[in-house]
Amino acid sequence: MEDLTSLKQEDNQEPEEAEQPWEEITAASSQDPVPGLPEPLESEQGPETGLQPGSSPPQSSQSRTSTPLNDLTGLGASSPPSFPQEPTSTPSTLALARQDLWSPWKSDKTTSVIPEARTAHSNHLEQSSDKGESAPHQKCQSEGNTFQQSQQTKHHLHEPKDASHNNSKLKELRLDIFQEEDSNSNYDLDHPEPGTSEVTPNMLEIAIQNAKAYLLKTSSKSGLNLYDHLSNMLTKILDERPENAVDIIENISQDVKMAHFSKKLDTLQNEYEMLPIYETAEKQKALFLQGNLEGADQELEDEIAENSLPNVMESAFYFEQAGVGLGTDETYRIFLALKQLTDAHPIQRCRFWGKILGLEMNYIVAEVEFREGEDEEEMEEEDVTEERDNGDSEADEDDEDELPKSLYKAPQAIPKEESRTGANKYVYFVCNEPGGPWVKLPSVTPAQIVIARKIKKFFTGRLDTPIISYPPFPGNESNYLRAQIARISAGTHVSPLGFYQFGEEEGEEEEEVEGGRESFEENPDFEGIQVTDLVESLSNWVHHVQHILPQGRCNWFNPVQKNEEEEEEEDEEKEEEEKGEEPDYIGQEVGPPLLTPISEDLEIQNIPPWTTRLSSNLIPQYAIAVLRSNLWPGAYAFSNGKKFENFYIGWGHKYSPDSYTPPVPPPVYQEYPSGPEITEMDDPSVEEEQAFRAAQAAAELAAEENEETEEDEDEEDEYD
Amino acid sequence: MDAESLLLSLELASGSGQGLSPDRRASLLTSLMLVKRDYRYDRVLFWGRILGLVADYYIAQGLSEDQLAPRKTLYSLNCMEWSLLPPATDEMMVQTSVVKGRFTGDPSHEYEHTELQKVNDGEKVFEEEVVVQIKEETRLVSIIDQIDKAVSVIPRGALFKTPFGPVHVNRTFEGLSLSQAKKLSSYFHFREPVELKNKTLLEKADLDPSLDFLDSLEHDIPKGSWSIQMERGNALVVLRSLLWPGLTFFHAPRTKNCGYIYVGTGEKNIDLPFML
Repeated sequence: MEDLTSLKQEDNQEPEEAEQPWEEITAASSQDPVPGLPEPLESEQGPETGLQPGSSPPQSSQSRTSTPLNDLTGLGASSPPSFPQEPTSTPSTLALARQDLWSPWKSDKTTSVIPEARTAHSNHLEQSSDKGESAPHQKCQSEGNTFQQSQQTKHHLHEPKDASHNNSKLKELRLDIFQEEDSNSNYDLDHPEPGTSEVTPNMLEIAIQNAKAYLLKTSSKSGLNLYDHLSNMLTKILDERPENAVDIIENISQDVKMAHFSKKLDTLQNEYEMLPIYETAEKQKALFLQGNLEGADQELEDEIAENSLPNVMESAFYFEQAGVGLGTDETYRIFLALKQLTDAHPIQRCRFWGKILGLEMNYIVAEVEFREGEDEEEMEEEDVTEERDNGDSEADEDDEDELPKSLYKAPQAIPKEESRTGANKYVYFVCNEPGGPWVKLPSVTPAQIVIARKIKKFFTGRLDTPIISYPPFPGNESNYLRAQIARISAGTHVSPLGFYQFGEEEGEEEEEVEGGRESFEENPDFEGIQVTDLVESLSNWVHHVQHILPQGRCNWFNPVQKNEEEEEEEDEEKEEEEKGEEPDYIGQEVGPPLLTPISEDLEIQNIPPWTTRLSSNLIPQYAIAVLRSNLWPGAYAFSNGKKFENFYIGWGHKYSPDSYTPPVPPPVYQEYPSGPEITEMDDPSVEEEQAFRAAQAAAELAAEENEETEEDEDEEDEYD
Repeated sequence: MDAESLLLSLELASGSGQGLSPDRRASLLTSLMLVKRDYRYDRVLFWGRILGLVADYYIAQGLSEDQLAPRKTLYSLNCMEWSLLPPATDEMMVQTSVVKGRFTGDPSHEYEHTELQKVNDGEKVFEEEVVVQIKEETRLVSIIDQIDKAVSVIPRGALFKTPFGPVHVNRTFEGLSLSQAKKLSSYFHFREPVELKNKTLLEKADLDPSLDFLDSLEHDIPKGSWSIQMERGNALVVLRSLLWPGLTFFHAPRTKNCGYIYVGTGEKNIDLPFML
């Protein structure tokens, strides 16, 4: 590019000279029997403004039509493929004419300079053949320049640049010509013989061929060539006739390049593609507008007074410091959706629990506590008990023979906990995206939790998807989701030590209350803990959600006790048998009590269960403490000393360094007690049978007198 | 994700929940620029974050002009000082396949693995327990390589192959259309193709050699190991890998924005077949 700048500073008269041969050629073209050219040329004259039609050039250059004519014919002859054949050729020649009309420069020196140009051809030939790769551009003489310009004009004709750029373009092309002549590209043009003026037209031809070959050179990066690209572009322009084409010419060029990559599809446009975007936008717009519907001031005050909505944005800000979060816009939309939820239901407290990712859609979960007394409508509970006691035997009653009755008694279903207690302490609402409808999740049963511990499945995003697994999960995806939420809450909801305290009515002594204390309340005297302390020691954090026992409940439920009551109705015989099978005493399951520090959490194979971090090492005075669970990847908790919050974002599964192994099916149940009647035995072989009979016979005969021993022996011989 | 459009990319990938805190973001913006200058890369990608027990690794990759050439991987613990990692080799892969569990976050940590090796001692052959030390850096290198080979994604049309071989960024790529964006076949693995040769001739006839020169995602095994979702209405398509949970690929249809980021523990989800 340095060459170009230096060239720009050179003779300014060169451009003017450049135009002359150009005009010659185009003038010649206007008279030339090149197919289809004259009429289009005239048609183009209309829209062009401020340009003189090619009347003056023809006048001035009639004497010189011969050489330019040669040029054109030469050009036409030497490159047949381009001009006559393609439909693009016409536009390209039109462009030729156009360029001519665009040029604002009129030269008066046509008569004088042209002879120079012609005679200069030969000189230039010597120069061109002698010039090597170096760029003695700056030193080339004016004659040489004009000759080059005649070639450049051809370049220029194809270059759709503004007239103001002509100057730089010319110089650029000049440089290119030199490169082209020196490069090793595969031109099958003869090297011009120096010093023959008769060969001048041939030189021009060859130069034109060179120029064309240069344009046809394929790019090393993209495989396109300039000639094709220009012809495509001009075709497109002339087909579409856009307004102010010169202003958008770069975009047109880009579009043509892009069209190269896309396949030819149907011209039918898929209009409906955009609709889902608009639908969602509409839904979300409704979110934003809901506040405006109730305009009364009084209601506004009520809202502010009873604000059960958490400050989601504030928590989001803190979580962002920890590197966790959904992005500000999304969080704000969730915020509005939560507001919608609290407006629709009588909610005491609400919290943004987190987001669970699914295969097709995700879940946004809100943890909600209803106002006391305003319990939600008791939904029909889906009793998914597994009591199959004596179900088999009922079917068999019709048979004649009395088949042995199945003595299997399913372990009694453990009843679920009451709402507001234990695992059902909070009610959870989910939606697929903010703006969508909130759906309440059903309460969780212990059986569901027990089985959820044994399976590992991805969520699909639709609540009614069945869960196909072994052991079979009692319920569909909404139940599984609820069970996982319960497990995650129980495992990872923590708060700084002292934030919550037990209620005072229950007394301070540690009594062996079954199940431990359940209720806690905020400690009004909580003074906060230093952030550094929170990070260093895990004992400053406590669980504030009850641990779920292996049974699936938080409060121990003793199934054996209840059994005794229910057994009164059944036969006593069965009672005894059952007792024989079930353990007489089921040990009470005990879990860590509420408000246990998390330093007591078990490690996972040498991995600590929690990772603590300061949110920023660079500015520790304003940093917050961040806890990340290693057991449930995606569970985070932060605290800045006074405030804290828990959050979950993830797939909803527990972490285990070993791979998941599905549980083995239980052993086949013993249907019949083993006894001699049904024990399998091999049929006796012949020898055994004989031996047996012999023994029997011997026993019989032994009772008789021993006078017939000989006969016995004979009999035995016969048997053998 | 491209270091140049880091902020926008992070915003678009935020649906998965794990992102970067503001101070990390700020440090990345400056340090990646310096990395690009110092190592003279054509493009620098912020690859993601591997969560360790004590500290996290932040990974960046530098690409040269040819997009499919082997990339240079750098890691940092504080997003400011970057160290170059050695290129991955097959032996590394074999060596580290025995290590399980989380990353500790300390690059000089060594995992110990006891192996029974047959030792030839003259005539006798007996087994000896050999304790092999595997450095965490090696493990890091091989995990990053595995993740790249398995789940790095690029949309169709974003790269094109020239007849001479090198693969370039397609400057005229304007994004996938909506209908294309929902199909898994419009996304390719961003690595040397492995299965391309196995296609039938009939399939190959439909392919455009300059664009379809990589493996598509739709034939990944196990089937269903990608979760493809539209977020924000149809304004963003997000692909999440289920085989390496934590890898998120995002693309805004009809725009040039696309990229992927991995934020996770660096462990493969071997339970995938059970979970689908």
